[in-house]
Amino acid sequence: MNLTLKIWRQASSSAPGGIHTYQLGGVSEDMSFLEMLDLLNEELVTKGEEPVAFDSDCREGICGMCSLMINGQAHGPEVTTTCQLHMRSFKDGDTITIEPWRASTFPVIKDLIVDRSAFDRIIQSGGYISANTGSAPEANSVPAPRDKAMHAFNAATCIGCGACVAACPNGSASLFMGAKITHLGDLPQGQPERYSRVVGMVAQHDHEGFGGCTNIGECTAACPKGIPLDVISQLNKDLRTAMVHGF
Amino acid sequence: MAASGIVFVLFVLVHMYGNLKAFSGEVAFNEYAHHLRIFGEPMLPENGLLWIIRIVLLVSLVAHVGSAVALMRRARAQRPVKYQVKRNNASSLSSRTMRWGGLTLFVFLIWHLLNFTIVKINPAGDQSADITENPYRLMVSSFDLWWMTLIYLVAMLALGFHLHHGTYSALQTLGWVNSASARAKAKIAGWVIAIVIAGGFSLVPLAVLFGVID
Ligand code: HEM
Ligand code: SF4
Ligand code: FES
Repeated sequence: MNLTLKIWRQASSSAPGGIHTYQLGGVSEDMSFLEMLDLLNEELVTKGEEPVAFDSDCREGICGMCSLMINGQAHGPEVTTTCQLHMRSFKDGDTITIEPWRASTFPVIKDLIVDRSAFDRIIQSGGYISANTGSAPEANSVPAPRDKAMHAFNAATCIGCGACVAACPNGSASLFMGAKITHLGDLPQGQPERYSRVVGMVAQHDHEGFGGCTNIGECTAACPKGIPLDVISQLNKDLRTAMVHGF
Repeated sequence: MAASGIVFVLFVLVHMYGNLKAFSGEVAFNEYAHHLRIFGEPMLPENGLLWIIRIVLLVSLVAHVGSAVALMRRARAQRPVKYQVKRNNASSLSSRTMRWGGLTLFVFLIWHLLNFTIVKINPAGDQSADITENPYRLMVSSFDLWWMTLIYLVAMLALGFHLHHGTYSALQTLGWVNSASARAKAKIAGWVIAIVIAGGFSLVPLAVLFGVID
């Protein structure tokens, strides 16, 4: 199929950017979205032009690198990552607008690549459990109830892609934080640091410049892992408990 | 935001109930208004309860608008470059109109207080004390004008929208929506509060306009 691609090009984080339009033919519907961009880049390189810079790593939907805003939807029209989006979701003759995540906390490095280190700093501010390193502990020594374990596991599927921030009109990372708070808060191992965790993560989130959550709900619709809004309510509940207990 | 919002919700609920006294006629309505003034006497001075409520509402208003402005500033600073194309996939219209709707309510609030509390302007013209110092008469002569009824109905639409998302949002902000079934209930609560309050307030102006109350 033939496509018209409108792609954000920006030479560096300090350079001004703009939309460039490309015509691309010979796209198969079996290609993934990233393979389609690879095809475009091959043409650009052949013509001696600068290829479009975009991020990817695993290309199997588990690493969260492939952040693209496609026709105004984070990761495009399906509930999945960009690498797992296929061109059969589009039609011959379509115009596709491709932009980077828009958030001052995710500055553009080049073209479609953004820097998501702010997420790492939020995790470093409490999104972990402290454990002695060494040989792995015996798996059954700390039993977790099955329903709690499943709930924690569902929250743990967050891949840190940033789609929630990109889709949110406030640019809030509450879904991302809530996923980690719920994941660790459900498990016995997460209890000792439970309330200092939520206070630390929220403080870093606000310090980075992420927006405040007004419970709009675009994040969960954009999340490739289907993390529910419940995790934000849990985040708020833990934060309230922490504040009451003077953390 | 949630705490001040809940103060407003409780206030508008009681206020709406008070307005419905208009259906019991002039004497009952004015008696209710008078009773509010002397409530708690002699424990409280005249207008004591009213002043307590006014101060709580004013503090809530400052907190509410202050938080709204802070949220808006953070959102603006976070997205300096807008998307060329952006689709809303899941959010309700009410959730996306909280800021404009809140501003509409604020403008309405100023007019509403001038109309009925601070200056007691009779928009129909006659400014004699017979009307302006008689809550029931002032209300009837205001809503006899079609455009006054219209202003109030538009404001109640804005209030309904604000409460539809606000109620749900406050429950989530307070951390009480931790499962799918709780979410379904919180959404229903938003609808119920919005319809009961905005609908209840709308009954009286409509009744005056259609001559049920005169
Ligand atoms: C005076 C003008 C007002 C302005 C400028 C205003 C503005 C806002 C804004 C921007 C929000 C945040 C959006 C959100 O959290 O989803 C909000 C939330 C809310 N508002 Fe208002 N509002 C006003 C009046 C009112 C009134 C009269 C009521 C009640 C009858 C009310 C009840 C609420 C509630 C319950 C929330 C949700 C709080 C939360 O999510 O934690 N507001 N308002
Ligand atoms: S919550 Fe979902 S959208 Fe947000 S970072 Fe995690 S996986 Fe991505
Ligand atoms: S490249 Fe790893 S999730 Fe898409």
